[in-house]
Amino acid sequence: MRMRTVEISVGAFVLAGLLALTFLALRVSGVASAPDTGSYLLKARFDDVAGLRERAKVTVAGVKIGEVAMIDVDLEYGDALVTFEIQGQPGLLSMDTGAQIVTEGILGARYVSLIPGADEEMLGDGDTIDDTQGALVLEKLIGDFVSRMGS
Amino acid sequence: MLTLLRRIGISTLGWFEDLGRASVLFVTALWGLPRVADLGLLVKQIYQVGVLSLPIIALSAFSIGAVIALQFYTQLARFGAEDAVGVGLAMVLLRELGPVVTALLFAGRAGSAITAEIGLMKTTEQLSSMAMMGVDPLHRIVAPRLWAGFISLPLLTAIFNVVAIYGGVIVGVRWLGVDEAAFWTGMQDVVNLWQDVGKGMLKTLVFALVVTWIAVFQGYDTEPTAEGISEATTRTVVTSSIMILGLDFLLTLSMYGDFS
Repeated sequence: MRMRTVEISVGAFVLAGLLALTFLALRVSGVASAPDTGSYLLKARFDDVAGLRERAKVTVAGVKIGEVAMIDVDLEYGDALVTFEIQGQPGLLSMDTGAQIVTEGILGARYVSLIPGADEEMLGDGDTIDDTQGALVLEKLIGDFVSRMGS
Repeated sequence: MLTLLRRIGISTLGWFEDLGRASVLFVTALWGLPRVADLGLLVKQIYQVGVLSLPIIALSAFSIGAVIALQFYTQLARFGAEDAVGVGLAMVLLRELGPVVTALLFAGRAGSAITAEIGLMKTTEQLSSMAMMGVDPLHRIVAPRLWAGFISLPLLTAIFNVVAIYGGVIVGVRWLGVDEAAFWTGMQDVVNLWQDVGKGMLKTLVFALVVTWIAVFQGYDTEPTAEGISEATTRTVVTSSIMILGLDFLLTLSMYGDFS
């Protein structure tokens, strides 16, 4: 009888530990929080991505539709090549969609905001967004301002 | 001068000797992987080191989570960034405090008990009588305790993290009024499954190995007197704590040490 309670409590303990691990994976790190409806890739070139990180969110009208999958530098053109992973099926964002790097919150987390256009043609898997606006860097703005004041 | 050198030499050699004996003990105890017949022994040990450690782990986790949330809140509220309480809490717990505090408590609660138990068995010559009856004490006594430690500590750490996060929720969200959605989504946006949860679990596996190994070895290597047992128990807790904190620094440095 005594052995039985020991076994039951050990079983409950192991179960609680495994549940805690699943909780950490699902609720705390947010894996698989979105139902998997497939995803596709889009690319965009930015002149400056300062502060943008991989896994940063990609939004349309403030709603998250995907995340930044990869950030590469293209030394030939001296700009940054950013790959987005967008949830869902391609064919809903128009060809003239714009991409902009913006800042959120007091801690200054950077994310990408997509501005849908009006073109009839739609972006497909692996297409590149042409109309981009990079991150605003405060030092650069001040530098521009000072040099313009001087001239 | 010569005596000093001689003393250093003797203690170094003694240290090497201990390490050597500990390694031999470890390898021979784990050599025959747990057999199905030993499962009962293993379950009993998981009960001893795991289940019985739960109350202290849960209690400390709750108060630590609550205190961290409180401290983060008071500091972050000055910048109007209370929403970051969840992120801060999760990062601190998953990466550092969860594995380290659980391992320290485990060394104090379970490690000392293992040492005292095996030490007393040795002192009362239960181990030698077992060997005389043809039962290998390494397999019968040492191996189940080692395995129970490896299995229990990671599970305890996971439970610690969850309870501490809930302690933070109760203080931060229920009491201080941080927005619940911001608390959870902020956490989910930043916490990465491998970088934070996975590496934290890797740390706790290392700690589990070190703590149970030290506890079992100190017990098995006790000088068979009442004084010897008390010394061995103290050594278990002191050595484990130092090893945990030292290893934590090295592990953090090698896991997250991309400071270039």
